[in-house]
Amino acid sequence: MIFDQLEKFGDATALIEESGKVWTFAQLVAEADNIAGYMEKRSVAFLLCCNSASAVTAYVGALRHGVVPLLLNGEVQDDLLEHLLTTYHPKYLWMEVGRKSGNGTVLYSDGNYQLWDTRAEIYPIHDELAVLLSTSGSTGSPKLVRQSYQNIMVNTLSIVKYLSLTSKDRAITTMPMYYTYGLSIIQTQLFAGGSIVLTEASMFARVFWELLKQHEVTNFGGVPYTYEMLKRMRFGRMDLPSLRFITQAGGKLAAGLSAEFAEVCAEKGIEFITMYGACEATARMAYLPWEYAQEKAGSIGIAVPEGRLALTDDSGSEITTSDIDGELIYYGDNVTLGYAECQDDLSKGDENHGVLHTGDIARRDGDGFYYITGRKKRFLKLFGNRVSLDAVEAYLKSQGYLSCACAGVDDKLVVYTTEDINSKELCLSLSEFTHLHSSAFAVVQVEEIPRNSSGKILYDRLKGLGV
Amino acid sequence: MTNMEKYKEAFKEALEIDDSALTDELAFDSIPEWDSVGHMRLMASIEDAFDIMFETEDIMDFGTFGKGKEILQKYDVEL
Repeated sequence: MIFDQLEKFGDATALIEESGKVWTFAQLVAEADNIAGYMEKRSVAFLLCCNSASAVTAYVGALRHGVVPLLLNGEVQDDLLEHLLTTYHPKYLWMEVGRKSGNGTVLYSDGNYQLWDTRAEIYPIHDELAVLLSTSGSTGSPKLVRQSYQNIMVNTLSIVKYLSLTSKDRAITTMPMYYTYGLSIIQTQLFAGGSIVLTEASMFARVFWELLKQHEVTNFGGVPYTYEMLKRMRFGRMDLPSLRFITQAGGKLAAGLSAEFAEVCAEKGIEFITMYGACEATARMAYLPWEYAQEKAGSIGIAVPEGRLALTDDSGSEITTSDIDGELIYYGDNVTLGYAECQDDLSKGDENHGVLHTGDIARRDGDGFYYITGRKKRFLKLFGNRVSLDAVEAYLKSQGYLSCACAGVDDKLVVYTTEDINSKELCLSLSEFTHLHSSAFAVVQVEEIPRNSSGKILYDRLKGLGV
Repeated sequence: MTNMEKYKEAFKEALEIDDSALTDELAFDSIPEWDSVGHMRLMASIEDAFDIMFETEDIMDFGTFGKGKEILQKYDVEL
């Protein structure tokens, strides 16, 4: 298990809190084991996370002691949390002091967080099951991804290798810990004996940049939207001598922006690394080695070490020639066990057998580099959050918007409707549903929603009626 | 349109909020509409409205509706 040997890093720095408080590895391990000591092995625990030492120590403790954590947004709404509680009946809850909870008793508190025993019965879960993550943090679907100990180990080793992470590296948090990309950064840094500056501050806040400079941070990651922010902040003019590399994932960065950052980073001596991944593959599947950032801007690169990428045509046969679109398939031991939609699913074993059909359409150039060109499945990434278009349509129906169809592009979901509706109200309602900024949504009035003879919505035609 | 009207319009459009929300105390992260996504839209829309380009420092300091008015003076925008 990846955290079994953290002790060996002893007095080296593991965590730095916003307040400046430093945790050595020895202190991190001691507190992690302390928290986990209150929990029974092979039980399920919900961790309500923010980027804090409380969340990281509990996560490390859970993994070291065979407790299976489900990582959730620390600000998850009560009704959503309630729904997850009644679906998965966790034995334990780790959450901020003062947060309302149902029945149960407090077993332990670190001053900021409390460990609750919900008094639920412990039920059988699969031996290999290590961590549960939500497929969509934002719409709060109870569908979870089941990650195994091997998944996490394999992916961590592979990421540490291609990023050449060492104990000298130090990351700063730029995304939530319950998000697979954010978690992966924390996991890989610790495994390599490096450290993490924990903050909830946005890049628009002065404190973020002060922390980065003061603690000589060597790396951070960002979704496409983060890079839009960095551009606006005039990243190119900033003096950040400690920064060794920055990574980008969580959706496709516009080719122009990718090229711009590749150039700016090359000038500044910072490695710019585009990556590709999914919660279903633990975290990472592909990366573009920084040496190719300019030459292959817009590419997701090549498979991570120990993984393999392939493209298949409509009949499922592998495409061997270059420059032809096909569905991107990933093979590797980091492909997760499968999904869970109810408590019983947690006893299931491996259902994917190392193969992930990504749902993304891609092509491979003559040099073997992959480029995402489209998407087979009906979802968009809004500010890095995966949002199912069908789930949004179902939600709109439930709210009384009966004639709506959803399409759009990443960072802009478009609702097409034949009804005369208040678009601002609808966007606000979607913002509430997805917990995303209302500017991610737009409404377009159409005369009719194009359908085929069997009544299926023709989404491709819909896009032509665009904004 | 006066500069003040342009300034208010930029807030209303970028953050999708009403006139009534616009007080000097209106602050970043005090309403859901003015989160980091909203802030980015707001900076873009003010830059467009006055044909200016903010320095990094000013993007970070632009914490309230009132503070923004002070910052604009540096760019010779009289409100």
